[in-house]
Amino acid sequence: MSFDFALIATSLPKILQGLGLTLNLLVVSTLLGLLLAVGILLMRLSRRAWLVWPAKAYIYFFRGTPLLVQLFIIYYGLPQFGLLRHSFLWPFLREPYWCSVLALSLNTAAYVSEILRGGVLGVDKGLIEAGKALGLTKFQRASRITAPLAVRLALPAYSNEIVSMLKSTALASTVTLMEMTGVARTIVADTFAPYEIFIAATIIYLVLVWIIQTAFTLVEGYANQYVRKG
Amino acid sequence: MTGIVDLEQVNKFYGDYHALRNIDLSIAKGEKVVVCGPSGSGKSTMIRCINRLEEHDSGRIIVDGKELTDDESKIESVRREVGMVFQSFNLFPHMTVLQNLTLAPRLVHKKPRGEAEDAAMKYLTRVRIHDQANKYPSQLSGGQQQRVAIARALCMNPEVMLFDEPTSALDPEMISEVLDVMTDLAREGMTMICVTHEMGFARSVADRIVFMDNGEIIETSTPSDFFAAPRTERARTFLGQILAH
Repeated sequence: MSFDFALIATSLPKILQGLGLTLNLLVVSTLLGLLLAVGILLMRLSRRAWLVWPAKAYIYFFRGTPLLVQLFIIYYGLPQFGLLRHSFLWPFLREPYWCSVLALSLNTAAYVSEILRGGVLGVDKGLIEAGKALGLTKFQRASRITAPLAVRLALPAYSNEIVSMLKSTALASTVTLMEMTGVARTIVADTFAPYEIFIAATIIYLVLVWIIQTAFTLVEGYANQYVRKG
Repeated sequence: MTGIVDLEQVNKFYGDYHALRNIDLSIAKGEKVVVCGPSGSGKSTMIRCINRLEEHDSGRIIVDGKELTDDESKIESVRREVGMVFQSFNLFPHMTVLQNLTLAPRLVHKKPRGEAEDAAMKYLTRVRIHDQANKYPSQLSGGQQQRVAIARALCMNPEVMLFDEPTSALDPEMISEVLDVMTDLAREGMTMICVTHEMGFARSVADRIVFMDNGEIIETSTPSDFFAAPRTERARTFLGQILAH
């Protein structure tokens, strides 16, 4: 077997044609997932059982099943419902792009809500009491004390989740999307050289992960400059 | 009873544990009361009930004419009149000293920023720490942090100040700088309820000493009577232990 370094070099720019879609999936799903996660978090932290249980069930379902299976259920499963095919959602849900965004967002929301909950539970109770003693309302305590400190505590785990999301976007190739892994698979089908092509893809993913990690390290350092832990 | 803070037959349970037993205490405006007693005697629990950081199970607590119940807006209005200083300072670590001081006046009293900052600087000067206004709490010593915490409470112009063992977490050399500030405050006529083991402070500042044990108020007397001739055996034992060293 011969290893073709030149093939890696020539396939890199081709795979990079999928970079835009990879980043698009990452950014859109991460933002939608974060919005959803905050909603689930508020339900999960509520004292009302009828809000807590749906949140727990949601988290259990989306953390408990493979993302690939969730994607297939959305992509192959939802069109089975005639009602859905005639609804205003259909123009979106028949698109593999929106199916991928939906699966990624729903999945990450479950993880992120738990990451944020860890942050909230980590906030020193004494600080909340200080807020109460000053006469701040519940909302003021949540927005000025709990949230900013919980976010700081959650940053390391959240950066892991973003890295994990980047890798998860590769699953979109299974529903025909031409993001980086999708492009790589097409090139493999043409060249029969999976080794070189996937190594080229690996290099790009590693560079992206390095950028994400470095960015988070900088943000963490800045945000926690004066906030001592414990 | 018509003090600024009135507790009538207050009881509090943690599960089966009877933390406060039939507490009766009336504190007049301008009065300085030191609460002492062995650990676990209910001192902190009692003062934490006064701004409802703890809920009492029976009896009545009335602060400046407002009775504490489940009514959230009443609780908030009582808290605005009652300042509190904690053992562990509890400054907001993500805010500068100045931001710590202006947060509640701006949010609760809707003061404009400039006005809130002017008031904050005035109080920082009073606790002799105005040159640290733009630092973060983690950059200050324990004694400085506690003085900031006192200034933060004063920024709300409270009618009453609660101190929950304000010097217990401090290194010995920093205790006096905090006690000095508290003594100044007492001289200016602030109503103060202090849980503390600093008997020197109690002797020189308190109008009354309240001695608690086992969730009960065992003895209430003036400092001179309390230190010279404690009426109960338990108070004698306590003073013996605390003054032995």
